[in-house]
Amino acid sequence: MSVTNPKILMLGWELPPFNSGGLGVACYGLAKALAKKGAKITFVLPKRVDLEFDFMDLEFANVNEPEEKMLSAYSTLHSWLVDAGIDENFPSDFVSGALQYAEKIKSIAMKVKPDIIHAHDWLTFPAAVAAKEATGKPTITHVHSTEYDRTGGHSPNKSVFNIEKDGLKNADKVISISKLQIDLLQRIYNLEKQKIELVYNGSSVFKKEQLPPALGHLKEMGYKIVLFLGRITLQKGPEYFVQAAKKVLEYDKNVAFVVTGSGDMIEQMIGEARDLGIIDKFVFTGFLREEERDRILQAADLYVMPSVSEPFGIVPFEAIANETPVLLSKQCGVAEILNHVLKVDFWDTNEMANKILAVIKYGCLHDDLVWESGKELPNINWDKSADKCMQLYRQLI
Amino acid sequence: MPSVCLYFQAHQPLRVKKYRIFDVGNDHKYFNDFSNTNLNNKKVLSKVAEKSYLPANELLLKLLNKHPDFKISYSFSGVFLEQLENYLPKVIRSFRKLVDTGRVEILSETYYHSLAFFYSIHEFESQVALHEATIKRIFGVKPKVFRNTELAYNNDLAKWADNKGYVAILAEGWDKFLGWRSPNFLYKPKGTKKIKLLLKNYKLSDDIAFRFSDKSWSRWPLTVEKFARWVNRANGNGNVINLFMDYETFGEHQWKEHGIFEFLEELPGKILEHPDNNFVTPSEAAKKYKAMDTVDVPYIVTWSDTERDLSAWTGNAIQNSAIDLIYALEKDVHATGDERIIEDWRKLQISDHYYYMCTKWFADGDVHKYFNPYDSPYEAFISFMNVASDLKLRINKKLGVEN
Repeated sequence: MSVTNPKILMLGWELPPFNSGGLGVACYGLAKALAKKGAKITFVLPKRVDLEFDFMDLEFANVNEPEEKMLSAYSTLHSWLVDAGIDENFPSDFVSGALQYAEKIKSIAMKVKPDIIHAHDWLTFPAAVAAKEATGKPTITHVHSTEYDRTGGHSPNKSVFNIEKDGLKNADKVISISKLQIDLLQRIYNLEKQKIELVYNGSSVFKKEQLPPALGHLKEMGYKIVLFLGRITLQKGPEYFVQAAKKVLEYDKNVAFVVTGSGDMIEQMIGEARDLGIIDKFVFTGFLREEERDRILQAADLYVMPSVSEPFGIVPFEAIANETPVLLSKQCGVAEILNHVLKVDFWDTNEMANKILAVIKYGCLHDDLVWESGKELPNINWDKSADKCMQLYRQLI
Repeated sequence: MPSVCLYFQAHQPLRVKKYRIFDVGNDHKYFNDFSNTNLNNKKVLSKVAEKSYLPANELLLKLLNKHPDFKISYSFSGVFLEQLENYLPKVIRSFRKLVDTGRVEILSETYYHSLAFFYSIHEFESQVALHEATIKRIFGVKPKVFRNTELAYNNDLAKWADNKGYVAILAEGWDKFLGWRSPNFLYKPKGTKKIKLLLKNYKLSDDIAFRFSDKSWSRWPLTVEKFARWVNRANGNGNVINLFMDYETFGEHQWKEHGIFEFLEELPGKILEHPDNNFVTPSEAAKKYKAMDTVDVPYIVTWSDTERDLSAWTGNAIQNSAIDLIYALEKDVHATGDERIIEDWRKLQISDHYYYMCTKWFADGDVHKYFNPYDSPYEAFISFMNVASDLKLRINKKLGVEN
């Protein structure tokens, strides 16, 4: 056991580039910063992937699931069933991946002999319980997103909810990533406040290089570009984006609304834009990665994140790194640490439209937001998050 | 010697309400928020009156009656007096009682608490005249000493005030132009003939205004004995100690619960305990003491932030584009000849609007956030610019210009 170089068994579900969203990015950013501070990390993934890192060891739980049935970290029961082509009558399969992970973890834990077990999100919570049983070591559960967020509070899956509750109860400490989420953990999961530690996420990107311009045809036609980028699911509030778009267009016709991402609400989103008679102002790019994603961000005059319930939300960091101003809902945890962005309640589509129009109309507002947020971003880094985790490790060892 | 010169700035802005782009062309009332937020001007005024203006006035009247040698001075912005007349005339009456003692001096300034001097001399002079008329009407006196909004000062302003016959002008006693010289003397501004410059002793002033309740300050708690000792230290090495501060220091910025009123109550007696000490008003100081040296201030100095410049008002792009837009309208505004348009335009010159758009949060952030009724500088900018768009629309309509 070492306080300066604690051995951490870190349980995750994904790492970039094999990730479906922010969870993988966050795990990677944190693990790397922790390693720099002396933590010896063994990171466990459910399935073997072709990855290697010089700052930590990888282990694979080899969860025996065919690729297409592997549950994305952010799926809701419904979308997972649809994606995996499973009949809704078999909900017991839903959590099988997580449970298999737990079964496989014991041997890995015995081999690694960690000082601390650090588990990220519910899919790894059963494994965390098992690893704690096997080693008797202090366990931290790190909550990035809850079932309650993912479903927007609409009929959260009972099994998942119970796994989350168990995992939180089993943990010696719970890391939460925003005050917004701490409030939810107390309210919905009855978690006592003393057990929770607030550790904000950091940004992994600070400044992106200038890329070849995208959406040139729209710009040539004189359109300003307002961007939605993220999974098109209930949680992300796509319908509020469409409603705000309608109000913006009543005032200024030269605005195009670009939607980047995929998800179970895409058809509904398209339908709504069509019903409102503004579908001709919408561009759907589908899911984009890396450079293409950055190019879209750089092309946008404003990035909007109208999430209904976002425990944190790291896309604003990417937008800022690409010199795009940000408008986000006050229901995003990241709004707690970003000062130089515009904020709005997700349901207040009048105000959302007002702010979108302000950025479009007043060029200096656009420029100041870019300039100030660009200065602010480097102060929101994983180093700070890792410091707080290391402090917590020392406390528990 | 030394004399102590107390000067209090009393001002409340007219905050722009939440004004959306959809209101442009439909709603021409910009300052009538009646919500429960701090954008509700009447609500803020009433709150500060209860916490600060009324109890402080009552106490100062008591002190003026108790100590025949006690003197104070005020500068009131016109928009402050206007709001009091509209909503709280009893506060006007209590200020009048103070002025009627004959030992309370009122200073001259711009009616709209604006930075007009640096943008339009013509507009600036109109606002000073408007202020003078208001002071005459309410208090029956004519100010002899000038102080500009937020003590924003430079050589040109001193020359202007000298030409207009003011006997003194106020500024921050900032080390950058004073060098080794002390703020506790009077000076002659460069290029002037008769006017004298009174400089704020920012250390002693801010001990009261900013640090009084600050438990992390090494000299906390600030007792009257301690403060009087620091004042007496200037004996033989200074003529006048200028304690300049916001009037809201008493009861609003520094709370009653922390003992600020007890401090104020004991202050005159403690200062006068020393036989060499006395109180003066700014015009008396100018009469009583000679200028020791000439000071040269070619750039703008204010009493704000660690930079002591205008960067809290015009430090970023949104602030500059907002203030530039307003002053660019001047000719057209006057061409309309419409009193209501002119008045609304002037209300948009109130410097606080630009202060709320300040984004330099890191060093001075706490103060800025404390005073900001908007959730962010960007909110302040958006409402302001939308209002300015509406004003422009009204101007163009009046002038028969196509938008």
